[in-house]
Amino acid sequence: MSQVLFAETPTKLLTQEFGRVVHRDPLWARILLIGTASLFVVLLVLVPVAFVFVEALSKGFSVFWQAINHPDAVAAFKLTALTSTIAVALNLLFGLAAAWAITKFSFRGKSFLVTLIDLPFSVSPVISGLVFVLLFGAQGWFGVWLQQHDIKIIFAWPSILLATIFVTFPFIARELMPVMEALGHEEEEAAVTLGASGWQIFWRVTLPNIRWALFYAVILCSARAIGEFGAVSVVSGHIRGETNTAPLHVELLYNEYATAAAFSIAAILALFALASLVLKAMAERWITTDLYSDFIFRSKT
Amino acid sequence: MTQIKPKRVLPGFRLTLGFALTYLTVMILIPLLGLFAKTFTMGWHAFYLTATSARVLASLRLSFGTAVIAAAVNAAFGVLIAWVLVRYKFPGKRIIDALVDIPFALPTAVAGIALTQMYAPHGWIGKWLAPLGIKVAFTPLGIIIALVFTGLPFVVRTVQPVLASVDPELEEAAATLGSNRWRTFWRILVPEILPALLTGFALAFARGAGEYGSVVFISGNLPFRTEIAPLLIITKLDQYDYTGATALAVIMLAISFSILLFINFYQHGRAAAFRHAGS
Amino acid sequence: MLTVIPIHLGNIHKKFGTFVASENVSLDIRAGELLALLGPSGSGKTTLLRVIAGLETQDSGSVFFGEEDMTNIGPKNRQVGFVFQHYALFKHMNVLQNVAFGLQVRKKKLGLSNTQIRERVLELLDLVQLGGLEKRLPSQLSGGQRQRVALARALAVEPKVLLLDEPFGALDAKVRRELRRWLRLFHQQMAITTVFVTHDQDEAMEIADRIVIMNHGRIEQIGTPEEIYKHPASDFVAEFIGNGGPVPGPAPVYLDAIPKIKEYEVEA
Repeated sequence: MSQVLFAETPTKLLTQEFGRVVHRDPLWARILLIGTASLFVVLLVLVPVAFVFVEALSKGFSVFWQAINHPDAVAAFKLTALTSTIAVALNLLFGLAAAWAITKFSFRGKSFLVTLIDLPFSVSPVISGLVFVLLFGAQGWFGVWLQQHDIKIIFAWPSILLATIFVTFPFIARELMPVMEALGHEEEEAAVTLGASGWQIFWRVTLPNIRWALFYAVILCSARAIGEFGAVSVVSGHIRGETNTAPLHVELLYNEYATAAAFSIAAILALFALASLVLKAMAERWITTDLYSDFIFRSKT
Repeated sequence: MTQIKPKRVLPGFRLTLGFALTYLTVMILIPLLGLFAKTFTMGWHAFYLTATSARVLASLRLSFGTAVIAAAVNAAFGVLIAWVLVRYKFPGKRIIDALVDIPFALPTAVAGIALTQMYAPHGWIGKWLAPLGIKVAFTPLGIIIALVFTGLPFVVRTVQPVLASVDPELEEAAATLGSNRWRTFWRILVPEILPALLTGFALAFARGAGEYGSVVFISGNLPFRTEIAPLLIITKLDQYDYTGATALAVIMLAISFSILLFINFYQHGRAAAFRHAGS
Repeated sequence: MLTVIPIHLGNIHKKFGTFVASENVSLDIRAGELLALLGPSGSGKTTLLRVIAGLETQDSGSVFFGEEDMTNIGPKNRQVGFVFQHYALFKHMNVLQNVAFGLQVRKKKLGLSNTQIRERVLELLDLVQLGGLEKRLPSQLSGGQRQRVALARALAVEPKVLLLDEPFGALDAKVRRELRRWLRLFHQQMAITTVFVTHDQDEAMEIADRIVIMNHGRIEQIGTPEEIYKHPASDFVAEFIGNGGPVPGPAPVYLDAIPKIKEYEVEA
């Protein structure tokens, strides 16, 4: 998980990027190791991804095109886009607030808070959906009240949103915290002595320093939100054309043996995943550059 | 001597912490509390019945059993891949590096159907295995393969930075003292990366036990044979057995939380050495 | 333009956990003087400086700027100019934006237009001899240049008090010597109460009006460089100042002109 990449200090990050190869291990060993590792990764990862695209086009491009333009598919894409965007936006606000509170101040219970933020990681997606059924479902705590007011949460898009928020909750906070920790708060202190208010400090000083980490975090969070399946499966009701997100629609088509169509939708999702990886790699380079120059900056005479 | 109340230098403490705590409580804590509250209302007897039912136990054994095996496979290959990525240069290295992240970004349902089709008896890989009598789809083996897929990045990405930051001087010193490569690896490098490896293993295990999307297609979902615990929860929900679903969920959570606690304590102890105090 | 005020510290006590950084320290800083807080690491000098700035809150004791009690006034409103040890320049802003920062954030309150701010900043940059460098980013400057940007930035908002935390600590010896003499002359022109922290006794002896020698959170001696050199109040002071050091007192000075600083480009 790339977020663990930043669990170490800038020094370690630097050594990773600019570390040197120590030994020339014997050629046969290198070939064996590289070969095995590459074969493993290619077989395990590349082949399935390629398979998705091959299957999507297996019945010809027009079938593919029809599949992704089908009204139900379009509705699914729209629902995915809507819920992901809102979920990421809200988690972004949370991530910024939590990262600020945790990295700029010391207070009791800080590490407990960090553990709490990590909770959703250890919760199976299906359970993440279950909790909302227990709250808002027909037999749930608020079930009766919701029915009386004719508000639909379960089996409607609000529950999809809630489940997505739950599952992607820690991503942005966890990415921001190590970076903000590593950058320190001297610049912010300087800004205070110069008379800046909280918002001014955040906008003008902190934000520019973390913009690439922020970008990276948003990408990570979005990819996960778009792909969420288990939690959404529990709460959505699977109503075709209405409460199916794109991944759910893939499942629906697959179960109906409309294999090429299922893989067509899947291919679009896979494209997004690949795009997010490209963006992520870009952001990673810029973050390293930022942290590197910060490190050099502080030690340069 | 009048005591002065300590003031925080940087602004925004109450606002940010307040918002963060509120959001956390509303979105995470209350829903989870609801889960545990339901457990209490059902009473110990009902809970016990569900927890010990044969079908539930089979699903738990399957979910956690396959997760352990998959995490172990990922641990072994993960170290290998991390090693190769950190230590060697070779053509296509950037591609291999990028591939490692794919399971993390790819929607689980997409992975699920792709793996199922591929390993089905007539699939790309399945057709090579069928004559050998190896069935993958609709067997625990299929589940393991799917979990190896989803868990791949966990070990690799946890071990990579640690491996990269190992002081080269350690190895150089060992070499000058006459240690061969293999010995150097085992006695010097492995201890260095062992904590990260364990963390990665635990993360992959926790993720694998709760995995749904990539597994539910390839597993076939035969009760007692290939029915994973998350699916059983959904099945129970479909049958309006909220009690049973909740009980199973709580058991799964209890196991996963313990793993998370372990990881956090472990990482905390190591990271405390590197972390500076806040203001 | 700049008002000159004295600072009074009364019984400042500050603990970090069990470590006592300041033990009932009282100090009167005269208006307009250049005062050095001198001592070894851990003596509490930086803590005291930060207490004056409001960046640390003392456990007990009072801070007065002139007649004003600063106890309930945070660092944002104390109007201090603080130069950090590692300059704390805003990495993603150029020199102009850095120096203008304090004016920009209070633009409305001060009733300034962007053009006015720009003019003021350029004036200041000329004053610290960084004219022409306003478009550069901090990463494109040498250590000595960055230090002067930090100084200009602190001065831009016309603070009542100027505080410098080991301002020359990160520079190499030659640059350090040049810059500290320059600071002395600069101070004479500016007439602002200035306190700087250092562990370098040569530095303190050469440029300070008075020196406060600190050790373990307590003041060992206060006096002019000559007084301290000739009459050290304790063994610690005598050892710390050392014998065989340079004769105290400022280097010969030409009052009508500030000499040019030679640029020693020190690249990492």
